[in-house]
Amino acid sequence: MSHADDHEGTRRDFLYYATAGAGAVTAGAAVWPLVNQMNPSADVRALSTLTEAVELEQGQQIRLFWQGKPVFVRRRNAREVELSVDVENSELLDQNARNMNMPEADATNENRSFGENDEYVLFMGVCTHLGCVPVGAGQGDYGGWFCPCHGSHYDLAGRIRKGPAPENLHIPEFTYENGLLTLIRQYKA
Amino acid sequence: MAGIPHDHYEPKTGAEKWLHTRLPIVGLIYDTLMIPTPKNLNWMWIWGIVLAFCLALQIATGIVLVMHYTPHVDMAFASVEHIMRNVNGGHMIRYMHGNGASLFFIAVYLHIFRGLYYGSYKSPREVTWIIGMIIYLLMMGTAFMGYVLPWGQMSFWGATVITGLFGAIPFIGEPIQTWLLGGPAVGNPTLNRFFSLHYLLPFVIAGLVIVHIWAFHHTGNNNPTGVEVRRTSKAEAEKDTLPFWPYFVIKDLYALAIVLLVFFAIVGFMPNYLGHPDNYIEANPLATPAHIVPEWYFLPFYAILRAFDSEVWLVQLVSFLTAGIVDAKFFGVVAMFGAIAVMAVVPWLDTSNVRSGRYRPMFKLWFLILCIDFMVLMWVGAMPAEGIYPYIALIGATYWFAYFLVILPLLGLIEKPMPQPDTIEDDFNDHYGKAEKSAASPAE
Amino acid sequence: MFKKLSLASVTAFGLATGAFAAGGTAHVHDVDFSYEGLFGAYDQMQLQRGLKVYTEVCAACHGLKFVPIRSLGEPGGPGFSPDEVRAFAAQYVTVYDAALEEDRAAKPTDNFPAVTGAEAPDLSLMAKARAGYHGPYGSGINQFIKGMGGPEYIYTLLVSYKDAPSCAPEGFDGYYNEAFTSGGYPDECKDEDGNHKYPGSWIGMAPPLSDGLVEFDDGHSSDLHHAAEDVTAFLMWTAEPKMMARKQAGLTAVIFLSLLATLLYLTNKSLWAPIKKAAKKTD
Repeated sequence: MSHADDHEGTRRDFLYYATAGAGAVTAGAAVWPLVNQMNPSADVRALSTLTEAVELEQGQQIRLFWQGKPVFVRRRNAREVELSVDVENSELLDQNARNMNMPEADATNENRSFGENDEYVLFMGVCTHLGCVPVGAGQGDYGGWFCPCHGSHYDLAGRIRKGPAPENLHIPEFTYENGLLTLIRQYKA
Repeated sequence: MAGIPHDHYEPKTGAEKWLHTRLPIVGLIYDTLMIPTPKNLNWMWIWGIVLAFCLALQIATGIVLVMHYTPHVDMAFASVEHIMRNVNGGHMIRYMHGNGASLFFIAVYLHIFRGLYYGSYKSPREVTWIIGMIIYLLMMGTAFMGYVLPWGQMSFWGATVITGLFGAIPFIGEPIQTWLLGGPAVGNPTLNRFFSLHYLLPFVIAGLVIVHIWAFHHTGNNNPTGVEVRRTSKAEAEKDTLPFWPYFVIKDLYALAIVLLVFFAIVGFMPNYLGHPDNYIEANPLATPAHIVPEWYFLPFYAILRAFDSEVWLVQLVSFLTAGIVDAKFFGVVAMFGAIAVMAVVPWLDTSNVRSGRYRPMFKLWFLILCIDFMVLMWVGAMPAEGIYPYIALIGATYWFAYFLVILPLLGLIEKPMPQPDTIEDDFNDHYGKAEKSAASPAE
Repeated sequence: MFKKLSLASVTAFGLATGAFAAGGTAHVHDVDFSYEGLFGAYDQMQLQRGLKVYTEVCAACHGLKFVPIRSLGEPGGPGFSPDEVRAFAAQYVTVYDAALEEDRAAKPTDNFPAVTGAEAPDLSLMAKARAGYHGPYGSGINQFIKGMGGPEYIYTLLVSYKDAPSCAPEGFDGYYNEAFTSGGYPDECKDEDGNHKYPGSWIGMAPPLSDGLVEFDDGHSSDLHHAAEDVTAFLMWTAEPKMMARKQAGLTAVIFLSLLATLLYLTNKSLWAPIKKAAKKTD
């Protein structure tokens, strides 16, 4: 084979690879919109924040509906707070607060409550085992919440104490100012 | 595949042999891709690939749209706006689907007229042709039902008018129309069943496309000369043909890229050009738009439908002979479906022994008039049915039937065809040899 | 409330004209909008002015039920910040809350309300639901060159209110508009053959805009023609809020496909070269 033929062959190979590459990129670019359309649409993303006026009496509990899931908000009385404070972190099955507002914090009562005298608690009403809605408060062995699906017992700070659930009830990102509660969910762009 | 002799897939490794004895799928793919294809195919043979792409595009974008669409009369229009405003990239996906239908029909008309000119319907390819016609009919049904789904004014009134065609059938018309609509008028049951069928039919079409391809892979492709590939030996066949991969795949992909370039220019910069403004008004059963016009791809047949009104003597005659059972309305419906039917039976109407129109001097002229006739009918179908337009439509419709029922049968008997090349190889060499001489390129 | 104020300027609709046919034969003014052309983009300030015209005038009778208020802050639109959108919604828009069973101030996540009281069409898609250009002779060439002309039709309608011709009887229902073709028409203004002696017809909508009716925050002129242009541009945006994204996607696709087509052309040529060369040799 002469040198000129060799050169031409290389050029032709380059052309073929470039064409195949451009074709692959085009196909990829065509597939991405078909995948991305299944991500939350603009109206769903716009509903990621919920603002509600929340002022509760002691012992009162409300249930909000946010992001397709229930959110429990309870203002505990002094005895309920006391019961929750009197727990050593080492006794807990899950020692992480599971609080989006303070990642990696210990699961103390303080880290899982807010408001006057730490009386308020707020968490997703979603059992961390398989996603059922727990009942409570005042249910289960620890007087808090109880998941009837597979028997997970949560205490009055929403911490898992007994049963198959691996984690404390999750606390979403939120702010509470002047009686106005704002729940926030960040969508990854 | 039977017919043209060529190399077949031979499993080499152990794994290939293992699979091949159980499921010869690699062999099937190999034989399909490597099918010997006449090497003189011209650029009119690209539309098959464009059509296959269109079907894939419509199914892919359609499945995506269904994820966000709500088939209910109260919510359909709003859900389409939800797609246009909220869904990630939804506006592009919907515009691609809507304009994709137009691309689909442009391609299918060019594909059909290519077949009509080069005699692709003639023996032994009649079955390929008939299946193609069934696909075309299903395409029209699918497109019509899809157009109803956005539930705009044209959706609603188009559905009302077209389903009204079935009401024209004597005696059983009204029950059939009610059965189609699921009630006395176009309503929620209609929208729901059209949605279901609009989703179903593309998959039926996909199945028929496989049969269509199977059929012409069995007979071998037609080609611009209409001369068959030599099949006495593999060596001879290879002089007339080249394997589909890579020669025709790359050629077709090149053509597809050009077609898509135009397509995306339309989707990006004038996506509503081929649509109708009235369909951006939500359906209102109490107010009919001033002009109900079907989508452009139905216009030629819509023109034929309207051409035969009660003032045409043929209509009056038929009405008299059938004691009024066949009235002008029913006659129009029969004419519209008949216009497609005569196209479907063209393999038995064309009496010429010569396959390709390239070697038929008289045929060329009549075929050219047919093409112009098709365009005129398309244009007149969009004009109001008043003044001179119904006369133009009547002339156009008459020529359409005359071409298939009178001209084609007669031409075969009276026409003196030009000499055809002996082989595809001769045609190919002749073409590129001549190109060399006339171009006299100094580089070579 | 602006709504209540503007009610004074726009009287109630006395005439329900039924079908609103697209376009017509009237002459349509060609407005040179900023969003036209290959690279044309919405003018943010113009959309903001148009929003003000809509809020103070049109909103009294016409809804925008398909337009989410939050989209005022989305890219390619009027370009409000999230705080501005929230403030606008709370201050100017009232929506009916089905859960509360009462009206309340709007939130960005709400859509603009649908106005049901007046016999007035929703404006969300009006700029796409009308056509200003046709033909010639059904060929579609005008639309191909100039576009569908929906916004141009709206603009022309807004500036085509004229004094009624003297042939019209006193108190004929509606308002004479030279661009509106599908409204009522008094028999007195037709000749013996029933042909209209004057263009247009009588529309139910009272002249909504006049010189200086709306005061713009950016000091832009608010005479009739400018206000009409601004609100028309705004309505094009409400009808096609993703136009910028669409053009960008289209342009990207066209550029990329040109590259791919060039590569495929060269590949195809190189692939077929030996075959065609062999054909030449046989000649």
